Amino acid sequence: MKNITNNPTNDLIDLNRMDTRFGAEVKQRSGVNFNACWHCKSCVNGCPFSQAMDYPPNGIIRLVQLGQKQQALQSSTIWICVGCNTCSIQCPNAIDIPGINDTLREIAIEEGVAVAEPDIYNLHKEVLNSIERYGRTHKLEIMMRYKLRKKDWLTDFAVGLKMLAKRKLDLLPSKIVDIGKIKRLFRPKQAVWRSKL
Amino acid sequence: MTELSYYPGCSLASTARENNESLIHLFNHLGFELIELEDWNCCGSSSAHSVNADIAFDLACRNLSLAPPGRPLLVACPSCLLRLRHAYLKLKTDSSAREHYERTWGKAFDDNLEIIHFFEILDKLDLLSFAQDQIPRLNGMRFVPYYGCMLARPPALRHEKNYHGLIEKIMASLGTTPVKWAYSSRCCGTFLTVARPDIVSPMVNEIIEGAGRVEADCIVTACAMCHMNLEVRCSLKEKVPVLHFSEVLSLALGLGEKKQKGWFSRHLVDPRPMLKAMHLLR
Repeated sequence: MKNITNNPTNDLIDLNRMDTRFGAEVKQRSGVNFNACWHCKSCVNGCPFSQAMDYPPNGIIRLVQLGQKQQALQSSTIWICVGCNTCSIQCPNAIDIPGINDTLREIAIEEGVAVAEPDIYNLHKEVLNSIERYGRTHKLEIMMRYKLRKKDWLTDFAVGLKMLAKRKLDLLPSKIVDIGKIKRLFRPKQAVWRSKL
Repeated sequence: MTELSYYPGCSLASTARENNESLIHLFNHLGFELIELEDWNCCGSSSAHSVNADIAFDLACRNLSLAPPGRPLLVACPSCLLRLRHAYLKLKTDSSAREHYERTWGKAFDDNLEIIHFFEILDKLDLLSFAQDQIPRLNGMRFVPYYGCMLARPPALRHEKNYHGLIEKIMASLGTTPVKWAYSSRCCGTFLTVARPDIVSPMVNEIIEGAGRVEADCIVTACAMCHMNLEVRCSLKEKVPVLHFSEVLSLALGLGEKKQKGWFSRHLVDPRPMLKAMHLLR
């Protein structure tokens, strides 16, 4: 999580720069009433990833409540959240926190803000490309294309070989028959999530 | 034979084929014919809902539209189940979503479709009665149940059936006692395993160490994704084998002796020495 500096003013939220429509947009799109949040931090204690995030789960809610749009959209938290729902089952008000993060990611992509976790975003893109191409995920190709983007062939090379040897990674994709239907689903939305970055 | 529509999902169809084969084998033995949903597609996985809610919804809906009426849809993967149930709930409660569905897939939404996880069927059966010789084979096995995030649901689905303790209950009915531990519902890290192994590996190590601390012979999981992460991301010297629930149940009932070798040889952390030492595998 973010280190708190010795200079307290560095960490203050600048309320002069509030986007007053942001909260309403997030609420409307996600369908989640995040104003029920007590900031009791049950989510923070439950989340297995909070140490790896720049803001804790409830911190993102606070940013949205205070109209701090850029901070929320540029946070690593929204990308590191995997949607395991541990936070929301521990939340005394049953707030769908992963649902908020889904919406924030979408807005971040639409508005073309700098994505804090480009590798995670790239992986999502490759998974979706695979689904668009075959109707199912082809893991070997997803991994190859992801690595090509990252220009990193060394990480997990040994694991990859072992998985190939154990026939855990299929060489060829499994393609569905009615692939035209799937491709059509992607058509109107292509521009948004594939562009940028 | 009772007929069920069956949605395996991408993991069981590829990386976790041993999970798929053992599950189908087990269910055939229990009197269920699993009829694979014809031309099923990916449920959207984590990636679709992560970046585009519309695509996530549509991908799940196509699968629902393929399910023939009058037969429950059995889903093997907890994540796929969540995606499909989420879309189904939206269809049930949102008329504009239903109109979109009917326009897109050219058929009416079947609001009688039952989407079930295989736990729900196992829970109703007296499993030991399906072992020909009634021998409780797993007596000596010390295992820890691992659910990952499958016990947690988004708030919208909180009234759906829950699976708390079902692995323990079913295993206990087969004559074995689960070992208590702290990590049964700790998330495995899912897709971060690819992009941020630096986060996932310490998490997985903590889980495996937890299993080691209670001297478990193996970890039993019902999720193919968890299975892969626990195997791939453990960087400890002392690893603990991870078994699919469907494999363990087959072992317990003495099923598929000839096929078992093909299942266990696919594991990255070889469970065969442990199984042989317990005389569960020849």
